Amino acid sequence: MKVEDFDMFSVMLKQRSGLVLTKDKAYLLESRLMPVARKWNLKDLEELAGVIRTRKDEAVIKDVTEAMTTNESSFFRDQKPFDQFKAVVLPHLLQARAAKKHIRIWSAACSSGQEPYSLLMLMAEEGVKLAGWRIEIIATDISSEMVAKAKAGIYTQFEVQRGLPITHLVKYFKQVGDKWQINEDLRSKIQFREFNLLTDMAPLGQFDVIFCRNVLIYFDQPTKGKVLDNMAKLLPPDGVLYLGGAETVLGVTEKFKPMEGQRGLYVLTGAPARVAV
Amino acid sequence: MKSCLVVDDSRVVRKVARKILEELGFACTEAEDGRQAMDACAAHMPDAVLLDWNMPVMTGIEFLRRLRKMTGGQGPKVIFCTTENDLAHIQEALSAGANEYIMKPFDSEIIQTKFQQVGLL
Ligand SMILES: C[S@@+](CC[C@H](N)C(=O)[O-])C[C@H]1O[C@@H](n2cnc3c(N)ncnc32)[C@H](O)[C@@H]1O
Repeated sequence: MKVEDFDMFSVMLKQRSGLVLTKDKAYLLESRLMPVARKWNLKDLEELAGVIRTRKDEAVIKDVTEAMTTNESSFFRDQKPFDQFKAVVLPHLLQARAAKKHIRIWSAACSSGQEPYSLLMLMAEEGVKLAGWRIEIIATDISSEMVAKAKAGIYTQFEVQRGLPITHLVKYFKQVGDKWQINEDLRSKIQFREFNLLTDMAPLGQFDVIFCRNVLIYFDQPTKGKVLDNMAKLLPPDGVLYLGGAETVLGVTEKFKPMEGQRGLYVLTGAPARVAV
Repeated sequence: MKSCLVVDDSRVVRKVARKILEELGFACTEAEDGRQAMDACAAHMPDAVLLDWNMPVMTGIEFLRRLRKMTGGQGPKVIFCTTENDLAHIQEALSAGANEYIMKPFDSEIIQTKFQQVGLL
């Protein structure tokens, strides 16, 4: 690939989705963008780069941006964050929000939906404790393809065996051919939307808990900082932020600090490090 | 070291599963059908059983029903590992006392998460 083409793609991707593409990842451009080039009847990446440069076609740019996202996910990914949600976060909210009985959760880079559905199944298992509560889960991703997949809630046999207990599969899914689809009543409880983390978050409203897992790893420090600072504005003083196992707020933003004794969970600076349960 | 009995009539499947389980730290023994598995359990109750469904002599589900009636037979965590991949089979397995269920084909990651889920890892 020509150096100027690589540079054009990497500048564009950084600006569009925050993705930092180092030179050693040039092969990723080749493997992921060839299908995009073909879709638009272009011979190779050079032609694709040419079209973007000259026509600035939004539809092509969107395809390129989406094709470069990594959408790896699984049900109850890493398990521990979900155990913490059940043991620490949810009990706190049940107490602190007892008056309005309303909880809002944001799954901020939901990929194909396993994260928000895992939360929903977890809460369905809690059953009676949540009777009469309004639980809102907003699940967003920059990729329209992923949002569509999440909405459909259809997973391969392989996907439903990664992290999902068999009892959950039986209880919350129905078999459709050789795939498994999450039940309609669960699907309708989540609001799926396309959303770019680099854009204005205010319209999304306030949240009690934000899951922002395994997406900041693709961004550079200033972009991570900006995203987290903006998220801080959406949380009340006792709000909780979740990051992925390889992510942290340390050295990235002053707005958050680790929650004491709870790896992967963060609270606003100035808030008590422990949540009252 | 935790023990796992691998029950499958295919030597290849037993070999693959055994390798994965040994890497996860299990001491493995093998049986070719439900009858052999019964004998193995009578001699020594394992911590886990990885169990195929369709086998000659005695099927996996029949073995499981008998196992759960044996003294000490409530103990082992039983994880089905079979090409039967429909809801009806899964439900039958669960009501016979299976703890988890793997639909073939499987890989080491699936085995690992399933053994985690039953609390053996
Ligand atoms: C590896 S997945 C993480 C999925 C899930 N949160 C998890 O931890 O399993 C990362 C997701 O982030 C999305 N993403 C990347 N850049 C984004 C951006 N600027 N705004 C919103 N989503 C983005 C990708 O489309 C991808 O689906």
